[in-house]
Amino acid sequence: MDLSLTLKGQTHDLPLKNPVLTASGTFGYGVEFATYGDLTALGGMVAKGISLQPRQGNPSPRIVETTSGMLNSVGLQNDGVESFCKEKLPLLPWRETAVIANIYAASVEEFAALAARLDGEEGVAALEVNVSCPNVKAGGALFGQDPDMAAAVTAAVRRAAPHKHIMVKLSPNVTDITLLARRVEEVGADSISCINTLLGMAVNLQTRKPSLANVVGGLSGPAIKPVALRCVWQVARAVSIPVVGVGGILTAEDALEFLLVGARAVQVGTGNFFRPDAAFALAAELPAACHRLGIENLEAFCGSLQLDDTF
Amino acid sequence: MQPNSCELKVLDLVPFGQTGSASRFFALRLTRPAWETWRPGQFVMLRPRNFGLDIPWARPFGICHMTTRHMICFFQVRGRGTQRMAELRHGDIVRVWGPLGRGFVMEQDTPTLLLAGGMGIVPFVGYVNLHPKPWNVTMLFGHREHISCYPVDSINEHVPVDSLREQENGDLDNFIYTIQERMRDIADQKGLVLACGPTPFMRTVQAFATEMGVRCQLSLENRMACGVGACLGCVTRTTKAWPVETRRESPVQVCTHGPVFWADQVEL
Ligand SMILES: Cc1cc2nc3c(=O)[nH]c(=O)nc-3n(C[C@H](O)[C@H](O)[C@H](O)COP(=O)(O)OP(=O)(O)OC[C@H]3O[C@@H](n4cnc5c(N)ncnc54)[C@H](O)[C@@H]3O)c2cc1C
Ligand SMILES: Cc1cc2nc3c(=O)[nH]c(=O)nc-3n(C[C@H](O)[C@H](O)[C@H](O)COP(=O)(O)O)c2cc1C
Ligand code: FES
Repeated sequence: MDLSLTLKGQTHDLPLKNPVLTASGTFGYGVEFATYGDLTALGGMVAKGISLQPRQGNPSPRIVETTSGMLNSVGLQNDGVESFCKEKLPLLPWRETAVIANIYAASVEEFAALAARLDGEEGVAALEVNVSCPNVKAGGALFGQDPDMAAAVTAAVRRAAPHKHIMVKLSPNVTDITLLARRVEEVGADSISCINTLLGMAVNLQTRKPSLANVVGGLSGPAIKPVALRCVWQVARAVSIPVVGVGGILTAEDALEFLLVGARAVQVGTGNFFRPDAAFALAAELPAACHRLGIENLEAFCGSLQLDDTF
Repeated sequence: MQPNSCELKVLDLVPFGQTGSASRFFALRLTRPAWETWRPGQFVMLRPRNFGLDIPWARPFGICHMTTRHMICFFQVRGRGTQRMAELRHGDIVRVWGPLGRGFVMEQDTPTLLLAGGMGIVPFVGYVNLHPKPWNVTMLFGHREHISCYPVDSINEHVPVDSLREQENGDLDNFIYTIQERMRDIADQKGLVLACGPTPFMRTVQAFATEMGVRCQLSLENRMACGVGACLGCVTRTTKAWPVETRRESPVQVCTHGPVFWADQVEL
């Protein structure tokens, strides 16, 4: 079965071998997983969030397990864009599979500088813009919670990286995710990935302290799958650029559910912690799952959710 | 040897400790994974199928012992994950990835003191088993539960275990005093100290090691989600003594840079 596809963008297309990608922050730089599977068997991988300068991240504890999920407040610890380009990228099989850089910044200008730096990197197939971060110049309001700020970032990245496919990653922590989706589409996004983590919290009754040093953190894993599915469905109906589904995906069936509601591809995040070969296993299992479900053409299957007339 | 991920079968789960009360200590015997070589102090991530979807993370456990036919881990029931592991039966399936991290150094001719606190005894079972000259090794073991709860017999075969049980006020002070004495002896012999156990215990050993200038390795038990360096959940801070300049006084992953560290290279 041919699983290859193309995310058809407004400016740049992103061809993928198959619809299985790995989600940012859950797959390291990819190299960490090379002993557990063949990286080139993946549709692509989204690298850990990169910032212009190295960042040390938040204090520990930064992760806590919850029922069917986990919270994290890692705080984007990373070695900065120079280290990514010089030390990580050369280790990745970017000629054989799509390596997507996930970018994170505290201002529109910084986003632009980061995008410009990555624009010339042959090994980077696309930029995924993480707007779930505070805009320092706007008093720490999150880019991803304000359609205008999200649009400003998208437009700036689009201009700064004219050679790259631009994927914007939306946060579910908003009242109406379609408002953001439409705005980023208007200003030139090539595709949208959703969702990032949901803001959550856990406490310890014995110590009477929050479980995370940062008090609150992002919820991910199977617990958020219904929210992610709903967001993908809403966004896919609201825009005409392709949507990549993320949130609680573990199995080939989970992935197919996302494709059914309108995603063109998916990302496996917390699933990589259930077993380090989760994404490889999912990609390998996909043809058999399609066969079981009578899916002959994956492209035609995407968005084929049967709804009654009221929708 | 490159780590891998595989499914292993439970051969048996043997409770330790006095009979009567519900056991909270178990030796878990699994079929042998494909990898050949490992070092004591390295660990595996275990995720039994019965974790279902509700317990997402695998749990890290030291490799206690390996034979040509099986691998043994030893655990204490702490919370929901180990509770569910206590329900494992012959034939159940466990996802295992490893061997992970960096183990303890082994210098056959150096006088070596092993310091274990509670479950920190686990990596030393393999250590004394694989040590070519066990007469150069001594061991001090501090524990809270009855001695029969711990795999001391398999250590005693190679190295006599000197154990101290913490039951009453004053026992802890006595243990700390004994640690100090033993470490001083080793320092005089230009020997090596290897320690594994709860964080407060590691801090005590670290402080003595600094004071006495004795070479010392510590094994840390941070919370882990992936075990492979990807989630950045398990980090600890390095000191100015960290060998890689760009990583000094920075967070590093315990699962890949550790769990065993030189005592002067990390902050606890
Ligand atoms: C490298 C490494 C090797 C280990 N080797 C062994 C071993 O050989 N045998 C063994 O019994 N245990 C070992 N541990 C500790 C073991 O992983 C934890 O006891 C286990 O994860 C607890 O899971 P749980 O679901 O039962 O507890 P949870 O519900 O997750 O937590 C229950 C309690 O245990 C504490 N806890 C959680 N995770 C850890 C942890 N990683 N270390 C210490 N305390 C923790 C929590 O703070 C809480 O108080 C090791 C840990 C590491 C990092
Ligand atoms: C430990 C951890 C780190 C993450 N880091 C990033 C990041 O750097 N950038 C980003 O856009 N998303 C990050 N995410 C969010 C994931 O990419 C993903 O959107 C989210 O976890 C939902 O998918 P999942 O349920 O499959 O994990 C992180 C998630 C986790 C669990
Ligand atoms: S446990 Fe994930 S980085 Fe160490």
